[in-house]
Amino acid sequence: MSHDHSIDPKNMPKDPSKATTEGKHKFMGLWIFLGGETVLFACLFGTYLALKDSAAGGPTTQELYGLGLVFLMTVLLLTSSLTSVYAIYHMKNNDFKKMQLWMGITALLGLAFLACEIYEFAHYIHDYGFTFRSSAFGSAFYTLVGFHGGHVVFGLSWIITLMVRNAKRGLDLYNAPKFNTFALYWHFIDVVWVFIFTVVYLMGMVS
Amino acid sequence: MGMTSAQKSGFGATLWDWLTTVDHKKIGILYLAGGGFFFLLGGLEAVIIRIQLISPENNFISAGLYNEMITMHGTTMIFLAAMPILLGLMNFIMPLQIGARDVAFPFLNSLGFWLFLFGGLLLNLSWFTGAPDAGWTNYAPLSIQSPGHGIDFYIMGLQLSGAGTLMGGINFIVTIVLMRAPGMTYMRMPLFTWTTFVASILILFAFPALTVGLFLMMFDRMFGSAFFDAALGGNAIIWQHLFWIFGHPEVYILILPVFGVFSEVFPTFAKKRLFGYTAMVFATFLIAFLGFMVWAHHMFTVGLGPVANSIFAVATMAIAVPTGIKIFNWLFTLWGGSIKINTAMLWSLAFIPSFTIGGMTGVMLASAVADYQYHDTYFVIGHFHYVIVGGTVFGILAGLHYWWPKMFGRYLHEGLGQLSFWTFFVGFHLTFFIQHFLGLMGMPRRYWVFLENQGLDTGNLISTIGAFFMSFGVIVFLINIIYTTIKGKKASGDAWGSGRTLEWAISSPPVHYNFKQLPLVRGLDPLWIEKTEGNKKVTPAEPLDEIHMPNGSILPFIMTIGFTIASYGFIYQTESKYWLIAVYAGMAIALISMLIRSLKDDHGHHISKEELERVGD
Ligand code: HEM
Ligand SMILES: [Cu+2]
Repeated sequence: MSHDHSIDPKNMPKDPSKATTEGKHKFMGLWIFLGGETVLFACLFGTYLALKDSAAGGPTTQELYGLGLVFLMTVLLLTSSLTSVYAIYHMKNNDFKKMQLWMGITALLGLAFLACEIYEFAHYIHDYGFTFRSSAFGSAFYTLVGFHGGHVVFGLSWIITLMVRNAKRGLDLYNAPKFNTFALYWHFIDVVWVFIFTVVYLMGMVS
Repeated sequence: MGMTSAQKSGFGATLWDWLTTVDHKKIGILYLAGGGFFFLLGGLEAVIIRIQLISPENNFISAGLYNEMITMHGTTMIFLAAMPILLGLMNFIMPLQIGARDVAFPFLNSLGFWLFLFGGLLLNLSWFTGAPDAGWTNYAPLSIQSPGHGIDFYIMGLQLSGAGTLMGGINFIVTIVLMRAPGMTYMRMPLFTWTTFVASILILFAFPALTVGLFLMMFDRMFGSAFFDAALGGNAIIWQHLFWIFGHPEVYILILPVFGVFSEVFPTFAKKRLFGYTAMVFATFLIAFLGFMVWAHHMFTVGLGPVANSIFAVATMAIAVPTGIKIFNWLFTLWGGSIKINTAMLWSLAFIPSFTIGGMTGVMLASAVADYQYHDTYFVIGHFHYVIVGGTVFGILAGLHYWWPKMFGRYLHEGLGQLSFWTFFVGFHLTFFIQHFLGLMGMPRRYWVFLENQGLDTGNLISTIGAFFMSFGVIVFLINIIYTTIKGKKASGDAWGSGRTLEWAISSPPVHYNFKQLPLVRGLDPLWIEKTEGNKKVTPAEPLDEIHMPNGSILPFIMTIGFTIASYGFIYQTESKYWLIAVYAGMAIALISMLIRSLKDDHGHHISKEELERVGD
């Protein structure tokens, strides 16, 4: 078993992220971890559904939610998932420059999403007095959506660190799995958002 | 790195070695030591509870302290004693059984251990300022109302150690899926490896529910949210659901691994292959699957309605079926075997009737209508101690006696072992059998005192006497450990002479890379196969070549320190915002360690072929 973490593009295998045992372990480890994350979000969704109508005299779901902004957020995040797919595509072909470019776009889209979310929260707090403490509904809303937002923040710090750290040395068998696991994680965040969009916002506006 | 630090000597170097180790065997030993320490602590708490209940209207400890005692006893035993000791056995043994040199994520393995340890220490720090007092189940709104910081220590302590456990679970799953030796197909895996695998899946899917519950509790107590506050529309039942969605799978996390232990011990000492291997594997999965469908049997009296109660009652009773399959398979394994009785075997044999009684009372409790009578009485205490002590603790002790020679290279003393077994075994039944009847007579659980002349006096006295017997057994076991460490008989690789699985094919204790050459697995019970063919060693699957091993690291320890400081800050920032400094400082320490881990490449090290040839076997 030789562990030559080659950076010579000629020696790089087709999919560098899964060429080493470490790479395979990481990828599968993240899949398993996402299984646990699914339960975590399922519990948060359950809590939210149980408390969404407990507004305690404060604003209700219909009064609060507006489609425009969340639609924009959905588009931003879905697109960022797509751009991360492009990035991984270029990684598999050992094209580091293009991978960095698409990862960069992914991060920018993520940042834009985050900005919208912060604006949304600020809007609820200032214009409606709807806070984390105002009702059980408020607690459940900010916790569920906030946990997702926290995941976005973590994902962004992760990818930015990776991009900066490896900017000079390019792709090798040691760091390729890291980019790959990030992409998987990012897709998961995206899927969770689709559920938030549906369960929280869409269902909140019709009910 | 691993080599150089092993060659250095002196206390400092040894300490550094243990703080930085990523060797699954050393981490296993750390888990055993940490879990053992908390087991003694929890045991002490239990004895104090029993002394308080030795006679009617006793005044040994105050009512408030009593509440703290029962809360800490339950929490400590489940989260800090039983589970970590099991994780210790899994860590040490499972990689050996599948013919691997380490786990998939050695770094994470170390982090998981330190998180568990410091979570436990943090929780116990609460003794100095007031421990949690709302029961190990920590029901809202009682837990929300509880003054002081006891409950906050519960929240942060369990959050830390729970995160550690989750990491352990993920690690084991990936290890078993990706790191089995050549030829080790799934259906050739030893049962202990199987149950480790399935228990890890349970950890993976159960612990996040606890994580969420603890977060909601934390937000309510520390940041003024209203999840459990009825005045603002909150709902206290949500805590119960989240707790038991975690909690019932948790009891199977505690029992499945020891089912694996017994499935190793019986074949070894009956010199027969395990009866019904395939059925055992599928029963394990069935138990795990059903284990997620039954949580509301802890909530029959909450008022979920007759439909929900009936569904959960039937699902609960169904678990008795795969459990029964296992009991019969163990009996058939023994049937006609050439049985050798020793301490490991005694614990295993004692498990069968004890655990079966616990299973039977479980089915009684599962009858929702009858549970209105049993619920929150000593009957439930009797039930779960029969399954947890008669199952998990007996299994842990069987496993320790069985694998001690493998882990430490010396046999535990037989005479002392049997003395501790008999006293503990008798004490156990004295303590808990009578509790069923106390419960049926109406003695509620978690009450500080009982009144005299209600037919409860003698039963409680007997129960306490039993607890003294058990304590005596534990002390003898401790003496045995000390004696063995100093003077114990040395063990060979195949310590019992009738080992069947791969861990017995290597030296006792194993070298740090476990297998010089990865073994070729040619069937179920690979060592046994080789022995029946007259081979002294397992056929290697690869030529001798250099071995790649991970490097040790202090980062997991530092990260944990950071998280612990932050947790402490969270607990006290409700009093003064200056404590937020601790939160930020702790988080900064943890995040910077993560960053270092991410930025600094770590390719591990190689053990050269020449060096391996020098070592011999
Ligand atoms: C045939 C298998 C089992 C059945 C049918 C069963 C059923 C039940 C039921 C219905 C309760 C709730 C009683 C009440 O609160 O009124 C209960 C409590 C409990 N069971 Fe079991 N059980 C089984 C096996 C186990 C096992 C294997 C363990 C652990 C290793 C376990 C640990 C517990 C614990 C800790 C509690 C009490 C929790 C508390 O309220 O503090 N059970 N069981
Ligand atoms: Cu249960």
